[in-house]
Amino acid sequence: MVEGRPLIDWTWIASNPDDIVERVLQHLQLTAIPLIAGFAVSLLLAVWALKRPALYTPVIAVSGLLYTIPSLAAFAVLRPVFGLSLLTAIIPLTTYTLLILFRNIMAGFQAVPADVLEAAEAMGYTSRERLLRVQIPLAVPLMIAGVRLAAVTVIGLATVASILGDAYGGLGQFITEGLQQLFPTKYLLGAFLSVVLAFATHLLFVRIEKAVTPWAISRESAVG
Amino acid sequence: MPDGVHNAATVEFDHVTKHYGAADAKKGALGAVNDLSLVVPAGKICVLVGPSGCGKTTSLKMVNRLIEPTSGRILLDGVDASTRDLIELRRNIGYVIQQVGLFPHQTIEENVATVPRLLGWSEERRLARAGELLHLMGLEPGRYARRYPTQLSGGERQRVGVARALAADPPIMLMDEPFGAVDPIVRERLQNEFLRLQEDLAKTILFVTHDIDEAIKMGDVVAVLQVGGDLAQFGTPADMLANPASEFVAQFVGADRGLKRLSLYRIADVPLETIPTGKVGEPSAPARARLLAHPFEYLLVLDAADRPLGWASLSSVSTADQVTAEMAHASSPYFDRLTTLKDALSMLLDATVQVGVVVDPHGAYLGILTVDGIANWIREQSAAEPAQGIG
Repeated sequence: MVEGRPLIDWTWIASNPDDIVERVLQHLQLTAIPLIAGFAVSLLLAVWALKRPALYTPVIAVSGLLYTIPSLAAFAVLRPVFGLSLLTAIIPLTTYTLLILFRNIMAGFQAVPADVLEAAEAMGYTSRERLLRVQIPLAVPLMIAGVRLAAVTVIGLATVASILGDAYGGLGQFITEGLQQLFPTKYLLGAFLSVVLAFATHLLFVRIEKAVTPWAISRESAVG
Repeated sequence: MPDGVHNAATVEFDHVTKHYGAADAKKGALGAVNDLSLVVPAGKICVLVGPSGCGKTTSLKMVNRLIEPTSGRILLDGVDASTRDLIELRRNIGYVIQQVGLFPHQTIEENVATVPRLLGWSEERRLARAGELLHLMGLEPGRYARRYPTQLSGGERQRVGVARALAADPPIMLMDEPFGAVDPIVRERLQNEFLRLQEDLAKTILFVTHDIDEAIKMGDVVAVLQVGGDLAQFGTPADMLANPASEFVAQFVGADRGLKRLSLYRIADVPLETIPTGKVGEPSAPARARLLAHPFEYLLVLDAADRPLGWASLSSVSTADQVTAEMAHASSPYFDRLTTLKDALSMLLDATVQVGVVVDPHGAYLGILTVDGIANWIREQSAAEPAQGIG
């Protein structure tokens, strides 16, 4: 710590609101894109695995393997390929969501009671109608729980994306710069805001889950 | 049947067999069915009854092709079910199961309107239909239509399940232990309500149960299946109880089948005995004379509208000038003509005076019924009934 600089420099915070907002927005972008992409891929895989249950285990194995790759290593490998573009961060962050999202979507499908499925079949639902009107709606609580978990995970991991530099770095950029410049306000702010973001996201999804499932009295907890 | 939806259709099993291979057995598969042939007449309730593993649920599910038979045909109004479009077939067959299988994420009215929606009815028409059916099932639409299934009791959910199955007015209903998950009191009520409903609906109903009492109560005809999927007996409940086709059927219906038969008949079926009566205000001399001329020892005192008030002894009639309400002691059970013989017998055995007084809907005296009277009548019925099934 450099002499004369306080731990929290309120003046700096007050004079740089635009910077702070921009970093937060970058961070949201780094979170939202992988979540949306990961959800789309996971949902397709899950629907496919519903029809062909043999796929479940290999999908879990591959997404589990991807999950174990250290994020910094992934960024380092992809940077020569995609340069300092958003893709370098988005690709690994997306792959990290797959394990959580796929498992939760599958758990959602598996939680649909057998008697409900049988009733739907017996009343003359086509398999497509059954998927869209019964299986997916009933899997929603666990799907949202999965998205909530994945979102919080990605918000944390995205701080590492600061290696993308000023254009896409997000709150991680504050942390890196703060550490390099021995300016605690910056890295503390970066860390604090990413925690706030994670909490806010968590609460948001809890709210969403309640709002879209007025029929559910109790919800099962997520797996992931 | 896109146009001209029938009110009821005949259902015919024609040498239907379902075998399960080793692979199916692993999944804890249902019972097999072996060469099942029977005809359920249109508008009748056919109960499939038997121990677990007898293939009753398998038989039911082959009608709407949730299970495809290994061999044989199922004919609905003469048309082979396997030749019909699967989706169209199922939308024309009502289906009710023990666990109900309501859609938890849909309101009660959306649940009931499921098949109408699949059939493309307008929203206005299907909501009107849902309201009508909820009302029919004794669930006030204003109170229930917008609720979710988790907010209902087991009995209410079961009613919604029946309403949903009836929504598109299918000619055939399949019901798999529909009242199995509710307590005995609610079950009794649901059974009675459903029988009353069926008097107007006159659907062809296949009804699966493992409960022989329910089979006897609900069935116009009963098919008793035994493990291995063999049809042990097919006939009316009365046939089955009077003349069990095999040792298995006799055991399955139970040693108390004589008693069970009593639940098939009502007092209206039995000729009543008459006894001396006296109206309040009548001089006692002629009443006493009637009483002395009859082997029965008590006078039944009636009010001006012929409603029974109770019994008067010979001595009390002899010592009074006229018949009065005060001399009457009420200690007999009263029956109306719709009471089953089983209930009547039970009440008679419980009563201090084992003479039941049968009254009409206005409460006026019709005659009396005794334990001996029931026993004699049953003996005559057994002698008159030839041993035969209807299949």
